[in-house]
Amino acid sequence: MRNGPEDVTSFSNRARAWATADLPEADPSLYEGAFRTNLTEEQESAEIERERQLQRMFYEAGFAGVCVPREYGGLGLTPDHQRALNGALAGYEFPARIQVPTFSPCLAILLEFGTEEQKRTHVPAILRGEELWMQLLSEPGGGSDVAGALTSAVRDGDQWMLNGSKIWTTGAWWSDWSLCLARTNWDVPKHRGLTVFILPLHQPGIEIHRIEMLNGSREFCQEFLTDVIVPDSDRIGEVDKGWTVGVRWMFHERLLYESPLVTFASSVSTTFASASYSALARAAGRLDDPSAQELVGEARMLDVVAGRLQQRIGRGIGAKVLSDQAAAIPRLFKGTTSARTRTIAFELAGTTGGSWTAADGVLAERGLDYLMRQTGCIGGGTTEMARNVISERILGMPRERSLDREVPFRDVPRGPSSSPTGRLGG
Amino acid sequence: MQFELTEDQRSLRETTARYLSNTVPVDQLRKLREHPAGYEEEYWRQGAELGWTSLLVPEERGGGSLSGGGLGDATLLAHEFGRHAAPGPFVPCNIAAAALGAEDPVGHGQPLCDLLAGSAVISWCFSEASPQGHRPEGLSLDVSVDGAEVVLDGVKRPVESAAQAGHLLVSGRTGGGLTQVLVPTDAPGVTLEPMQSVDLTRRFWVVRLANVRLPLDAVVGELGGAGAQVEHQLRLALVLLAAESVGAMERAFDMTVEWAFDRYSFGRPLASYQELKHRFADMKTWLEAGHAVTDSAAAAVDAGATDAAELVSVAAAFVGEYGGEMLQDCVQIHGGIGLTYEHDLHLLLRRVTLNRAILGTPSLHRRRIAELLVEQEER
Repeated sequence: MRNGPEDVTSFSNRARAWATADLPEADPSLYEGAFRTNLTEEQESAEIERERQLQRMFYEAGFAGVCVPREYGGLGLTPDHQRALNGALAGYEFPARIQVPTFSPCLAILLEFGTEEQKRTHVPAILRGEELWMQLLSEPGGGSDVAGALTSAVRDGDQWMLNGSKIWTTGAWWSDWSLCLARTNWDVPKHRGLTVFILPLHQPGIEIHRIEMLNGSREFCQEFLTDVIVPDSDRIGEVDKGWTVGVRWMFHERLLYESPLVTFASSVSTTFASASYSALARAAGRLDDPSAQELVGEARMLDVVAGRLQQRIGRGIGAKVLSDQAAAIPRLFKGTTSARTRTIAFELAGTTGGSWTAADGVLAERGLDYLMRQTGCIGGGTTEMARNVISERILGMPRERSLDREVPFRDVPRGPSSSPTGRLGG
Repeated sequence: MQFELTEDQRSLRETTARYLSNTVPVDQLRKLREHPAGYEEEYWRQGAELGWTSLLVPEERGGGSLSGGGLGDATLLAHEFGRHAAPGPFVPCNIAAAALGAEDPVGHGQPLCDLLAGSAVISWCFSEASPQGHRPEGLSLDVSVDGAEVVLDGVKRPVESAAQAGHLLVSGRTGGGLTQVLVPTDAPGVTLEPMQSVDLTRRFWVVRLANVRLPLDAVVGELGGAGAQVEHQLRLALVLLAAESVGAMERAFDMTVEWAFDRYSFGRPLASYQELKHRFADMKTWLEAGHAVTDSAAAAVDAGATDAAELVSVAAAFVGEYGGEMLQDCVQIHGGIGLTYEHDLHLLLRRVTLNRAILGTPSLHRRRIAELLVEQEER
């Protein structure tokens, strides 16, 4: 029936009609609070199961993979269509928690670097909610120095054997597949000896350890890989050219919720923080207090600016007016902004920020959010790394001196311990 | 400023940029320090020919925008005014033009015509000295009717270029509503007192109106029914000021980046110190954010969007606060030379500082954002 792609207005109308008719209305508190601790493992599993179902609903209704080519089960439409869908979801449930990293960066990397067979196997499964993905990227000894990966992959005929450890994976315990950056050559400088693989997470040889964060959250994981076998057909990109993939990988990671592959209601804050600072002031009985009004206004200002900045940079990159590196700009802004807005929320909570009961409603747990304040400045590449990228890659300022560029990776100096204990002395 | 301009928009911006570079280079700005008006009449008249006063006026009233979004177009000029710390009553003339151009039924044809041609200046008398004097609902200057006359009583400050203006567009209160009146500056009862200003070329006056009597046809629009129009004018002005400040921020940032590459300390350029690189990264981020939020506010006002009020105050609060911080950090990175009159940086610092204060400080706009948020929740 249709000739050519559907126009955005018609798509948008269809999406709105479908959301209204078929999607459950979202409880306003549903998307509040990052890495809260109040769910049991069973509740969390149920929630993920719910997200898979929602993803399946999107797929069956023809609203999954808006920008994914049609041959892999997507709709083959444009970022404008994705934005229209995001706009249509206000007030409705959608699979918010599984968008990142499954759709970006993992799906994005599969589409860019995957073989035909890899794409046909995994992309439709992702769109149907059958495969949730995560990234085996950071390492315990690595931090921001991602290209310094120590996890090794050794070739043996048609397969590879992986050994090492990865860390800061969100929800590895409920995910299915992963992208993994590993070292395949120790005799060349660090960026030239890396290769990317894909592998299922639940298999012998992979031990998943849930890390308890200081607020009690156990969302982040560390994985230990022992003699994990990966067939060569599950390699992404060329051997030892993994950094080419890695650069794009981190680009897609920085795009986060602005990626055209990600479905996210534009009405929901992508930091999962409460956008309703005025509700906090009201609950604290401080709506008429000018100092509280200033804090509410500042927090709201920062959220609005962060959103507009992300749009501007996203469009600039899309139109090739800006380099991909410009994604570091909104990343930096969102990081510093999230730290500030959490401080504001904590401040508005007053003494309830330090001690609360369940009856304190929106004021409860703001102290825990504050304890986790730096999350937004660390996760997904630190704000310091973003500042390096902006000053060096965008403004062209001299790069920091490094001792690992032109030497074989095995000769690069390493600290006495790759995992300090973090214990108080004395 | 948006990344992608139309051919017409690019030409509008470039023509003005070239004109400003040629007619008001920094040496000329310094000379204008002692000039009573802060600008030459001929400079303004020629500027008007480049479209400086016509973008917010409908085509049938002698104006016309390039893209249909008059404010979006006007921000391109404001941006260049900021980059050049340019003189001239850009914001008040555009607000007066927008007010007269929007008048229904049509009136005040000749003053509008002169304003568009740049042969006359009309300034906008809006702000008052009271704590709420930067908001339409806080205005207290009294406008009443006595027989066939309209009578104005009250004080307006600061009013830009009042002494250069042939007319003043005065926004005041009539009972529960607002009224705007076009007052000849030489009308009996109008007195002007010059003020000091942080800017080198922008001049401000206290305007006192004591029992100023004019025929009823001096009223612009509806008596007591101008509230929405005044609010709209305020939004236009705030967006233009924000766009101008972003232009000044951009120029100061460019200057300071160049300085960081040229200046060597301990045998290396400043640009090689990570501590400074990271501050430049922050500044670049604030600059891009300033562009983003100002363009968004302009587009929302042009479209009459429901979030226009919020975006305007967000732009004013953000650009005011971060623009100020950024310019001060540019001074810091320059060191002592950045605080001298000889250096050009203060021309931009002055403009950003003036704009930060002139129509509500960041603090007042933050409280306005909170107020809008609460209103929105209670609806």
